[in-house]
Amino acid sequence: MISLHGLTKVFPGGVRALDAIDLTVADGEFFALLGPSGCGKTTLLRTIAGLEIPTSGNIRINEADVTRLPPGRRDVAMVFQDYAIFPHMDVTDNIAYPLRIRKVPRAERVRKAAEVARRLSLADLLHRRPAQLSGGQQQRVALARAIACHPAAFLFDEPLSNLDARLRLEARTFLKRLQRELAVTTVFVTHDQAEALALADRIAVMSAGRMVQIGTPAEIFQRPSTTFVASFIGSTPMNLLPGTSTRGALHVAGAVRAAPAGLGEGDEIVYGVRPEYMGLSETERQDGIPGTVAVLENLGTGVLVTLESGDHLVQAVVPEGSEPALGVRRWAVPARSLVYRDGALLA
Amino acid sequence: MIRHTVGRLVSTVFVAVVLALFALPMLWLAAAPFDASPTITTSVPEFTLANFAAILDNPYALGSIGNSLIQGGGAAVLVVVLAALAAYALSRVSVPGRDVLLYLLLLLSSVVTGTAAMVPIFELATRLNLIDTHLGVILVVSGGLLPAAIFILKDFMDETPTSYEESARVFGASPLQILRHITVPLVRPGLATIGVWALASVWGGFLFQFILLRDPEKSPGSVILYTLYTEGGAPKLDLISTFSLLYSLPVVAMYLFVSQRYGFRFHGGIKR
Repeated sequence: MISLHGLTKVFPGGVRALDAIDLTVADGEFFALLGPSGCGKTTLLRTIAGLEIPTSGNIRINEADVTRLPPGRRDVAMVFQDYAIFPHMDVTDNIAYPLRIRKVPRAERVRKAAEVARRLSLADLLHRRPAQLSGGQQQRVALARAIACHPAAFLFDEPLSNLDARLRLEARTFLKRLQRELAVTTVFVTHDQAEALALADRIAVMSAGRMVQIGTPAEIFQRPSTTFVASFIGSTPMNLLPGTSTRGALHVAGAVRAAPAGLGEGDEIVYGVRPEYMGLSETERQDGIPGTVAVLENLGTGVLVTLESGDHLVQAVVPEGSEPALGVRRWAVPARSLVYRDGALLA
Repeated sequence: MIRHTVGRLVSTVFVAVVLALFALPMLWLAAAPFDASPTITTSVPEFTLANFAAILDNPYALGSIGNSLIQGGGAAVLVVVLAALAAYALSRVSVPGRDVLLYLLLLLSSVVTGTAAMVPIFELATRLNLIDTHLGVILVVSGGLLPAAIFILKDFMDETPTSYEESARVFGASPLQILRHITVPLVRPGLATIGVWALASVWGGFLFQFILLRDPEKSPGSVILYTLYTEGGAPKLDLISTFSLLYSLPVVAMYLFVSQRYGFRFHGGIKR
């Protein structure tokens, strides 16, 4: 278990990278720190590792306060974005390096390294140097090295970002299965929302050094708590349209929609609909947003249709083959929607 | 067509002349030691090994190569160790005014050390009882080489990503272990370069050694070479060429050894 209390990191020069972070990661949990670059997610990971000293707050790993401990005594293993496998050592020596530091005898180290390597399908590469390995193999060596030291927690800094797109999907599945099998508490940093949704048991979305929302991938995807999270999560960006509430109804870009409870007369709201949950009607509907088809983007199994509706662009995903022609008039009808007032989720 | 041929002819002749300019002294060095009566021209020698016998009879010749090894090797080790530590610190810790300090050091070292600073350095060495000692020579020449060595090595260190060291730190390695296991092996091509460069500059260095050493027993080869003249002041070309050949062999051997052993190469391992 990893728990953080009021963790704050201010860099010299006054940049507040972490702002009073409270977080508990449960035993065996696969936890993602997600956010745009510069949001403090990597700093948070490095602070847990002990590579950065927090300005205030504390860090506990399995109940022990490790805030002031050097990295080597926290019983964590980190996989760096660039893998940082030592170029002058072969695969065996790389994997066995944590054991060498712990003064494990050479024969035992080699045996152990071979065992971990077999598990990660590296058995035939034990005598290669990093330069003779592919990107995916290098990544697995870095993982093997982390596994070899049997840590209380894994810390992964963008573990998949250096792989090409096809390999990334394979490595993702592999990584998730490996984490399941090892059942070691894992915190990983990513800026890729699809990666976070696919891998994590829980996700913390960060912005400007703060946690904006913490939840399961389903919670984060279905009910983003702020418009920031809403716009960040999802492979096609969510439609966020301004609207007002009048006489118990919402007026959004020409459509009249049912208003949720708790809205006052004349409140300004943001109406959020994922393109996947937006249908297109060929006939005029009062609850549909009218627009002209402006762009068609093929997504393979579907087509992303962009309607031009006054000053707004409204996007909808329709099944392949059922896309409208460019320039025709359509009404976008939300199937599932979210209402935000002052940037926070209302319903 | 004709213009093309003439152009090629001219450039070939030019290259040949330039090559000859570099090759002739080398040819002389290879031929003259085996010549019974060498002159300053290069010619096919009347083959003899008498010159080598004569140089071995010189009481200081062989010893001077040993002295060169002590002074050059000592300076190389000192420069590599000190420059590596300084460069590592300068590369990893950001000190205010670091770059200015480095440039200033480099500038001053090239302006001040050498002939201009000879008198104060001699005075300093006298006060510290370092005249006529190997240590005196080693310290003075190392001082002259260090700024450039630090400057070059810092570049090598800068290019080594810190994630290697951080990775080792997370696994619990101590600073000394990190230095031994990670940093030194990673910058070894740089260290080898600096070592070779330092030794080669001391090997050919003359002025400091000439001034700081009185005893010919302690003089390096570069100074002894200067004694191979007749009483009349004419150079003994037979001895000079033979000794030059002998004196250049260790350096050539060192270059071959270092480039073969450490090879100025890098293995990669960071995904860029």
